[in-house]
Amino acid sequence: MEIDWSVIPGFLPQLAAGARVTILIALAGLVGGTILGLIAGLMRAYGGRVLNAIAFIYIELIRGTPIVVQVMFLYFAMPVLTGLRVDPMTAAVLAIVVNAGAYIAEIVRGAFLSIPRGLTEAGLAMGLPQWKVLTHIVGPLAFRRLIPPLGNQFIVSLKDTSLFIVIGVGELTRTGQEIMASNFRAVEIWTAVAVIYLILTGTLTAILRVVENRMRIL
Amino acid sequence: MSIIEFHKTSKHFGDLKVLDQVDLSIEQGEVVVLIGPSGSGKSTLLRCINGLEQITGGDLIVDGISVRAGGRQLRQIRQEAGMVFQQFNLFPQMTALQNVAFGPRKVRGLGRREAEAQALELLDKVGLKERAHHVPSALSGGQQQRVAIARALAVRPKVMLFDEPTSALDPELKQEVLTVMRQLAQEGMTMVVVTHEMSFARQVGTRLIFMEHGKISVDGNPVEVITNPPSDRLKDFLQHVE
Repeated sequence: MEIDWSVIPGFLPQLAAGARVTILIALAGLVGGTILGLIAGLMRAYGGRVLNAIAFIYIELIRGTPIVVQVMFLYFAMPVLTGLRVDPMTAAVLAIVVNAGAYIAEIVRGAFLSIPRGLTEAGLAMGLPQWKVLTHIVGPLAFRRLIPPLGNQFIVSLKDTSLFIVIGVGELTRTGQEIMASNFRAVEIWTAVAVIYLILTGTLTAILRVVENRMRIL
Repeated sequence: MSIIEFHKTSKHFGDLKVLDQVDLSIEQGEVVVLIGPSGSGKSTLLRCINGLEQITGGDLIVDGISVRAGGRQLRQIRQEAGMVFQQFNLFPQMTALQNVAFGPRKVRGLGRREAEAQALELLDKVGLKERAHHVPSALSGGQQQRVAIARALAVRPKVMLFDEPTSALDPELKQEVLTVMRQLAQEGMTMVVVTHEMSFARQVGTRLIFMEHGKISVDGNPVEVITNPPSDRLKDFLQHVE
């Protein structure tokens, strides 16, 4: 079979729609995952024995199982257990939230604990309550250290959305698969899909570089 | 009433006894210099005063409040006891001015303009007015430590605690910090200073305390104690630091 790149423009609207779903899942999932990760990470770093244990179990549960199993569980097993049915899109977003949240929690914990203890002591010694030390001194410093590994996790999660092909979400990879099934143009379609992923991750990398340059790591 | 009162104060780290039933009263206006070999408990004693270390036995009253009270009352004590650290611990994301204005703004609730005006006065006092807008990494060690002193003073404490304030500095930079401390003592500030600077102890200190194994072994007038050490251990120690 001849390779014919001219077939791609015809499928672009369809691929763009798939890319839009991918972006939507990644965006919603990462907003939720960052919030969850921040909470779980702070629980690990500063929580008492109970909060720390809860966060630890959550993180280990997620890091120890594949994301495909997690989304399968959310989509197929949860309805059986709870009687609550979720559509594939919701299951996909939830999977990113829960999965990215666990990895981000460890990033958050590491960043906060990497800030020298002396700065916390300096804040406490002035008479500041612990939470103000965190929000005004340690937090802003930890945030700068958080950006590079956080960006890395964002890229990983964005690509992980391709695994949701298993529950039939119409994201980019699934769209590519569907087009393929109708015309068997493997080289052209998978090249196009790969290039679209590269554009998405490249854009993310560029944004992160700008943020990193603006916030000097101290 | 003494401003700081140790009553049979003990501090353990696990099985290790760092302070062993210390009794000590410090009056307003005193400049107490704490010396002793490493591990003798002098830094721990200092850090118990503002609750950075929790005491494990006895009691410790600062300005009428027990450090055991915790919470809001402990924060009250910390506002009355400013602290200067060996490693300066300036906030690296803030300029010198912002560092000094930070306490008044976040602890005392002052407006930004007022806090910064006061901060500038304090920076002037430690001779760093023209460095107000530099971040810590653009300042020398001696300058950073002077900013740290101004930062502690900004909260308007009744007592200043110094934890080896010149130990991380080159010899020529120590002097500028000691000068600021001397000036502070002359103004009548109550000071508790952990240091190895014997010239400072002799010239500025009103009281010298030598610690050994978590206990106060010598407590007296600096000049008398240094010229005529009452114990062989102290005599030995003084020979090594001078």
